[in-house]
Amino acid sequence: MSDKANRVVRIDAYGLSHKELNARLREAVSNGTCKIELQNIYGQRYIGTDLNKAVELEIFGVPGNDLGAFMDGPRIIVRGNAQDGCGNTMNNGEIIIHGHAGDIIGLSARGGKIFVRDDVGYRAAIHMKEYQDKKPVLVVGGTAQDFFGEYMAGGIVILLGLNLKEGEHHKAKFIGTGMHGGVIYMRGSVESYQIGKEVGVAELDEIDYQVLKQYVGEFASHFSVNAEQILEYKFSKLFPRWLRPYGQLYAY
Amino acid sequence: MKTYLPPKFIVERDPERCIQCQVCVNQCSFDTHYYDAEDDKVRSREGKCVGCHRCVVFCPTNALTVRGNPLGYRENYNWRPEVIEDILKQAETGGVLLTGMGNDKGYRVYWDHLVLNASQVTNPSIDPLREPMELDTYLGSKPNKVEIDPKTLSLKTELAPQVRIEVPVMFAAMSYGAVSLNVHESLARAATEAGTLWNTGEGGLHPKLYKYGANTIVQVASGRFGVHQEYLDAARVVEIKIGQGAKPGIGGHLPGEKVSAEVSMTRMIPRGTDALSPAPQHDIYSIEDLAQLVHALKEATNYTKPISVKIAAVHNSAAIASGMVRAGADIIVLDGLRGSTGAAPKVIRDNVGIPIEMALASVDSRLRQEGIRNRASVVISGGIRNSGDVAKAIALGADAVYIGTAALVALGCTVCQQCHTGKCAWGICTTDLALTKRVNPDIGARRLANLLRGWSLELKDILGGMGVNALESLRGNRLHLRGVGLSEMELEILGVRMAGS
Repeated sequence: MSDKANRVVRIDAYGLSHKELNARLREAVSNGTCKIELQNIYGQRYIGTDLNKAVELEIFGVPGNDLGAFMDGPRIIVRGNAQDGCGNTMNNGEIIIHGHAGDIIGLSARGGKIFVRDDVGYRAAIHMKEYQDKKPVLVVGGTAQDFFGEYMAGGIVILLGLNLKEGEHHKAKFIGTGMHGGVIYMRGSVESYQIGKEVGVAELDEIDYQVLKQYVGEFASHFSVNAEQILEYKFSKLFPRWLRPYGQLYAY
Repeated sequence: MKTYLPPKFIVERDPERCIQCQVCVNQCSFDTHYYDAEDDKVRSREGKCVGCHRCVVFCPTNALTVRGNPLGYRENYNWRPEVIEDILKQAETGGVLLTGMGNDKGYRVYWDHLVLNASQVTNPSIDPLREPMELDTYLGSKPNKVEIDPKTLSLKTELAPQVRIEVPVMFAAMSYGAVSLNVHESLARAATEAGTLWNTGEGGLHPKLYKYGANTIVQVASGRFGVHQEYLDAARVVEIKIGQGAKPGIGGHLPGEKVSAEVSMTRMIPRGTDALSPAPQHDIYSIEDLAQLVHALKEATNYTKPISVKIAAVHNSAAIASGMVRAGADIIVLDGLRGSTGAAPKVIRDNVGIPIEMALASVDSRLRQEGIRNRASVVISGGIRNSGDVAKAIALGADAVYIGTAALVALGCTVCQQCHTGKCAWGICTTDLALTKRVNPDIGARRLANLLRGWSLELKDILGGMGVNALESLRGNRLHLRGVGLSEMELEILGVRMAGS
């Protein structure tokens, strides 16, 4: 790699609009930069949306909505919380959030991985899809709000609940409502009133544990926690009971 | 359960003419005609006929006639045959009635109550055969004012992306999966030839058609099917679909049977799975959220393409349109009550939404009142049938129109409303490979380009007759319209005067 590619470009985003900031990012990436540090991020939206290269962005502050929307390739590390729509319709790449994330994280994502250290808001992983070798992954270290995994059509979603106290359960309801593809792994038990009518609950098999081991392992290395301890706990597997939940609605 | 539904159509076969060639058997995708080997005779099961007239057109000896079953129910204006039959279907299945195409009910078609002006004596008409006539339309946001550098005489104002179309008629969004790839290719090639745009709908863009990108509008809808960077990059315009006139507020559902290998590749979902388009886009619950997606797409395309937003015309369209413009939409699309679909619940198609003429007039008026009409182009769709409708729409305030049904009719569609069955005998609204080859893209593109050429010539005639030589002079010029048989309130909303006044 050339010196240029190794060099870390630092951008002070104080007072920059999202348009100015993204223009700076495009310019840096087109110059061959592979690692960019963004300082003083205060809610700028759409960061990293059309860079389409395997560059690394490290964000200090709170990025705004639609972080990495339509993203195809970059790796984004957030040293703080993320807001709504993170990874919206993402195709490839990685988002690692050292904090909480807002609503609809991973909306319609078709690829890439998202790791959230703490909690996520409503409708996380809604309408995630998968296609051929593209299989999005969302791992949430904390807990989630209602409609978790709604409409899921593919992908892997893992909810760890590491910040739940002894005896405390996930509170999300309508989990997997409308789910017709993909899989959700929840650490701990889940009550039947919490899940959508399209969702089945099963014990994990060997393949499930391999999947868990891989992604919980990645989660653990991002956030310096012990994967083995996490995996010692019992997990539930949530799956779509029908691949075509709405086949019987019509007269003909 | 025995069906109580009587046949909708009567198929008559002239025994003198029928040569038992079985063309009708092969052409009918609804299994109406069959060959009875025992009797060595071709026969018909009338209950299956949908009245699409494929067999009638292709019968080499003109032996077939299909006509409506007169159904001798006792006359009753309230309990019409359609009402009775719908109840029977639901009693027999317990399901939601599905249908295809647009609203077929007798709501007033306002185009038929608007007439255009022409020059007589006091101003000369223009003969478009010998004088230049301009139909060019630029879609995109226009600045509040333009500044010219006095030294270089070049434009100082930075313009938003503009797209020039040579005829103010574009092909409406029809997704691959609803219609066939051959239909998409026909539309793409015709749009390229005619210098206009076609729209992918929400099912993605087949790799084979990327080369027509300069004439392509790609859609981003609630399902986000096939939306990825190359798709956005390929397009000339990116359109966010909020709703469609045939089913305002309703999501979509492409059944797994239609998700063939190619459809699967284009939508980027596994073969045979249902493709569900949720009713709302879950990142848009407000105008502010819409602004967010508009700008996300502007960022994702680096401000090089106009972003369009399409809604179904509903009661408060004018207020919504104002919000759409303020949200940063460069083009706003209104799809009216008569807008079509590949499949929609019949009760929604037939009862929800408002006529496009009213929606257009109120949106255009509202945007003018607010001083923001220049900030977005207005495109309308839903039931545009001919160049007369186009001219009236332009005069009412539209920048351009979309045609969907008219384009499909050009390809052979007889509006039999069976799109939702996936069995289209004309090979249009189906993914069955045996049927889709009935639309030859060479011929399809020719037929569509011919239609646009015909309408262009007619539009020029209309303009010439009015004594104007550019479509821009007609745009939003409601003085060129007069109303016939309309109430005062209707005239007020349309912003046109009564004929004779």
